[in-house]
Amino acid sequence: MAERKPIEGITTERTEALIEETLAFMPEKARKKRAPHVGANEPESETCAVKSNRKVVPGVMSQRGCAYAGAKGVVWGPIRDVVHVSHGPIGCGVYSWGTRRNLVQGIPGVTSFPMDFTSDFQERDIVYGGDKKLETLLREADELFPLNKGLSVLSECPVGLIGDDINAVAKRMEAELGKMVIPCNCEGFRGVSQSLGHHISNDSIRDFVIGKREFTEEPGPYDIAIIGDYNIGGDIWAVTPILEEMGLNIKSIWTGDGEIEKIAATHQVKLNVIHCYRSMNYMCKVMEEKWGIPWIEYNFFGPTKIAESLRKIAAFFDETIQENAEKIIAKYTPMMEAVIAEYKPRLEGKTAMLFVGGLRPRHTVGAYEDLGIEITGTGYEFAHQDDYDRTAPEMAKGTLIYDDVSEFELEKYVEELKPDLVGSGIKEKYVFQKAGIPFRQMHSWDYSGPYHGYEGFKIFARDIDMAINSPTWGLVKSPF
Amino acid sequence: MEKSKKMRQIAIYGKGGIGKSTTTQNTVAGLASLGKKVMIIGCDPKADSTRLILHAKAQETVMDKVRELGTVEDLELEDVMKYGYGGVKCVESGGPEPGVGCAGRGVITAINFLEEEGAYTDDLDFVFYDVLGDVVCGGFAMPIRENKAEEIYIVVSGEMMAMYAANNISKGILKYSSSGNVRLAGLICNSRNTDREADLITALAERLGTQMIHFVPRDNQVQRAELRRMTVIEYSPEHKQANEYRTLAQKIADNTKFVVPTPLEMDDLEDLLMEFGIMEVDDEENIGKAENA
Repeated sequence: MAERKPIEGITTERTEALIEETLAFMPEKARKKRAPHVGANEPESETCAVKSNRKVVPGVMSQRGCAYAGAKGVVWGPIRDVVHVSHGPIGCGVYSWGTRRNLVQGIPGVTSFPMDFTSDFQERDIVYGGDKKLETLLREADELFPLNKGLSVLSECPVGLIGDDINAVAKRMEAELGKMVIPCNCEGFRGVSQSLGHHISNDSIRDFVIGKREFTEEPGPYDIAIIGDYNIGGDIWAVTPILEEMGLNIKSIWTGDGEIEKIAATHQVKLNVIHCYRSMNYMCKVMEEKWGIPWIEYNFFGPTKIAESLRKIAAFFDETIQENAEKIIAKYTPMMEAVIAEYKPRLEGKTAMLFVGGLRPRHTVGAYEDLGIEITGTGYEFAHQDDYDRTAPEMAKGTLIYDDVSEFELEKYVEELKPDLVGSGIKEKYVFQKAGIPFRQMHSWDYSGPYHGYEGFKIFARDIDMAINSPTWGLVKSPF
Repeated sequence: MEKSKKMRQIAIYGKGGIGKSTTTQNTVAGLASLGKKVMIIGCDPKADSTRLILHAKAQETVMDKVRELGTVEDLELEDVMKYGYGGVKCVESGGPEPGVGCAGRGVITAINFLEEEGAYTDDLDFVFYDVLGDVVCGGFAMPIRENKAEEIYIVVSGEMMAMYAANNISKGILKYSSSGNVRLAGLICNSRNTDREADLITALAERLGTQMIHFVPRDNQVQRAELRRMTVIEYSPEHKQANEYRTLAQKIADNTKFVVPTPLEMDDLEDLLMEFGIMEVDDEENIGKAENA
């Protein structure tokens, strides 16, 4: 890989001084714990020195979620034809209800089930156990919505304490109802972030879903599955036309706008292409080990990365597919050039800082760079070492890398680096906008999207331009 | 997780203080001396289920390590698995001190951890769960969930409360046996030298539909061995009490009588106790009357 051009004004020394200055505000114990999680980027290094996947330092404001959030919100929630049951008190189910913009097709109640199903625990359920209630709930939900293709049972915290055997209930009800009933022991107190919820959910797919169905059509040489695209703002609908145009046959999607029976038959595909590595790499590895299905990571943010990814995927197949990939790239390149010609002059030389979940802090870098924007700082809420290792080469030398950054730190870093845009979550949005800094909500695409694929890049470019170059910012006088 | 067919998983229940841990460890030592590969999982926050096998009082428990490391994900199997007499593998779930937290979750966490880390290796002949007192919440039923212990032995004596407890535990087993493969495998009488004890426990076993698999006589040799933190089998293999435990071990190894228990109604249990003179018969009109009233 060609050496990355350094960003003007960003040096390792400056970044390290900034980190030291910022952490100096913290009590000694917190400072010691936080220090290994922040660093200046070394693109050449084999492994990223930033420590990750550790418990949040007590006392700081963190953005992390819990294992239940990772299971319900990320992995299970987007599967449209399954009734997802939140087993436990009412709160978790309600506050995770329709909050993630993972769009689905279908008719609610008939082919999709975007309602909130919960066992609504009361005192007596804690004392006497909730397994019988769960059984009744599953039976009634299936009676009310007989066209569901399966039911998932997602444990909330108290279930893990009182020890309801949801696995036994699921097994019984699967036999009774004749459709998949999937237990997922994703109690929120497990692990240090939502990341464990992804892992537990992958394990549930491994134990209770994969291999249980077969595709009705004959298998073909171009059968693939898209893994780790959750259809935020309709992303998947901007992705499938490109891959299909390339000649590939998309057999299932994990799990954006997903269908459980197709997911259960995914062991029959020839290749898994994975977008969100963090949340789904576990099952890619299982399918590779058990059925010998190879998997490829790809990146559909921005034309440069899309072209790289199309070639990478095509290289797995024959010349027809490879020629198709080149045709597609040739077809879309002028369109993308037009987009860039429109927006780049207004965005060239701007900088941005990112703080998102487990993939976008590295995967979106290329899209910003296509528009001439440089990323001066990035970090993840819940990534692991392998994610940081994949991040280092994507970022310029000396740029700031922060893991599980606290609100206090992020404000300080932004104050010093003065980016033209911050891309992060809803908790950060208004803080930075009130400080007069353009902001995009990069978990939900800020009520916009899709951002994946060629169509997505058009929207992305428009949104970023709109955020940064809005005349509004000239009128804002921050009181802070 | 797939388990090897030949591995037998056994849970030991019984009233608190009845001698479950002592009986379990001596029996396991007996099995080990017969050449069997055994693992003991202590499911009791007191963590004293393996001290006679390990000669060590304080164990580093799963939950201790979790508290130290902050999360169970950072824990390694070798941190908590110890090897004792006869190559017996020993793990203690541990848990909070009395009055705080949730000991039941400690058991769930520990057993899940052992499954995920592959502690249930194919070479094992037996896994023993030594479970605290009564099955008070879902956590303490964890060892008898599906794919775990399918055989249960209840340690009992001829004392009234021990028999009440045995009957209550049978009710729990009945509930679980309807949804899974858990079965009552027998009563182990840990003698307290009460009157007609063996007859009484045999009668109770019959009513429950099971057997008194062995009558372990009371012998102070057990206490002498315990002072050295040893099982009788290891402390004095020639002693007659060691023979008793070896016999029990052999009977368990040969046992094939696994039943869905038929617990007694309270009245029937009291009738049985009266029949054997454990409970005195009194006139109904005297119930609730003070001695000098």
